[in-house]
Amino acid sequence: MTAVIALDRATIRIGGRTVLADASFAIEPGEFIGVLGPNGAGKTTLMRSILGLLPPSAGSIRVFGENPECGNHRIGYLPQLRTVLPDLRVRGLDFIGASLNGERWGMPKLSEQDRAMIEDTLASVGARELATRPLSQMSGGERQRLLLAQALIGNPKLLLLDEPLISLDARHQEVAISVVRQVCRDRGITVLFSAHELNQLLGAIDRVLYLGNGRAELGTVDEVVTAPVLSKLYGTEIEVVRAGKHIFVMSHGSDVERVDHGHAHGHDHGHHH
Amino acid sequence: MFQYEFMTNAFTAAGIVAVVSGIVGYFLVMRGQTFAGHALSHIGFAGATGAGLIGLSPLWGLLGFTLAAGIAMGALSDRISNRDVAIGVVLALALGFGLLFLHYYTSFATQATALLFGNVLAVDHAMIATLAALGIVTLAALAIIMRPLIFATLQPELAEAKGVPMRFISTAFLAIVAIAVSACAQIVGVLMVFTLMVGPAAAAQRVTTGLWSGLTLSAALALGEAWFGIAMAYETDWPVSFCIALLSAAAYFVCLAWPAKANGPAQAGPSHHHAH
Repeated sequence: MTAVIALDRATIRIGGRTVLADASFAIEPGEFIGVLGPNGAGKTTLMRSILGLLPPSAGSIRVFGENPECGNHRIGYLPQLRTVLPDLRVRGLDFIGASLNGERWGMPKLSEQDRAMIEDTLASVGARELATRPLSQMSGGERQRLLLAQALIGNPKLLLLDEPLISLDARHQEVAISVVRQVCRDRGITVLFSAHELNQLLGAIDRVLYLGNGRAELGTVDEVVTAPVLSKLYGTEIEVVRAGKHIFVMSHGSDVERVDHGHAHGHDHGHHH
Repeated sequence: MFQYEFMTNAFTAAGIVAVVSGIVGYFLVMRGQTFAGHALSHIGFAGATGAGLIGLSPLWGLLGFTLAAGIAMGALSDRISNRDVAIGVVLALALGFGLLFLHYYTSFATQATALLFGNVLAVDHAMIATLAALGIVTLAALAIIMRPLIFATLQPELAEAKGVPMRFISTAFLAIVAIAVSACAQIVGVLMVFTLMVGPAAAAQRVTTGLWSGLTLSAALALGEAWFGIAMAYETDWPVSFCIALLSAAAYFVCLAWPAKANGPAQAGPSHHHAH
């Protein structure tokens, strides 16, 4: 069976900076992959490359065995939440409706069939009521669920979820993870799920893709989340401490995942509560 | 009041411009680019006075400058179009140039007020034909790009991933805004295009959540404000632009105070109040 995503000695550069150098790995159909790594490690950039927005400067990236191209209907994408225009009073239905064939010219149309499909997809993530609510009245958790429903529209085979837990409280984070897990397992969807913290994902993910320092390590948690591997990825001495069901990634005595939140670099606009 | 030709002309011209402004303005407000629209009109002022200086019709100067500026803003979109300071500096410079052109063409000064604050009562048949043509071009262009425009506005990252040509869309949209601003300035003047392009659209977005209901309400509000403004000016002898501005502000603040619609969980079932 062909891998859903295969990188072969791929190098990805953005603005003169090398995000990924000579990276090779393959993600198999139906896998749930947690994408982790320090801020600026290239989680978003990797997803943009898979979407075909940023071709590799060397090596190859294959998605479903082909070169990535914009507008691939087999990929569902949930971009990292940016500040949505605060006063936007657009109903959930119209918000998702805008993305249906949104790349075609002409006037927007929403058929009864489209409407039913949107409502069904919203229901599948437990958010049916969001169809009639304006975006400006939704909480962070509701907006994320709306975006997740949108990513699922059109029955994608691959889901790229960029920091879907940002702006959610702990309880909603767990709900979001289990909803994604359930829906994707039922439909056989391959998932790349990027996050700041490993622990919440531990029960859900099949393998972890850790990025850092221009490198990428794909493997089970036991293979990748170890002091020698992470020290290379972080470029500093890392200790991995296991306590019960939790894993703490520590650098010089402090938890790097938590420290990262304090001084978010570059594209990481979100903050946890 | 309809026995006077200048009044029927005023109603016709204001009607055309109001509908176009209400519809284009709706997208301007949705995209959060109202300040860019404001700046385009000021840049147009320099174009209009400059055209007067070299003996051309102010409307074509206005149109030329706003179009050029709109396209430039769109092309530089990431770097400039949402940067208030850069836009502010450019619009102040444009007003300065407008003043300079007036300074060298003093007989044109009587028209300065008309340019700045509008003069709908002086509209003739030729102007109505021109405004109608501009209106048709604007709405036709908007109809062509509407779907990707909405997608790119609401979800830029996703739209980019789906292959929407983002830069082309934002440039085309600002060119459309430029034409609408030029038409709007003929009625309410370059300083007051907000009254028809932003006021009604912002008010409509406060009370509706659907696209077509919002567009319809925005156009209807702009039309009502323009027509009632002219009628009010006729009765009171106040300037037309003042009356339109007054109604526009009143409508906006009424809609702002509008009780938040029952959009909560209490509302049962999906709403079907507008088709498509």
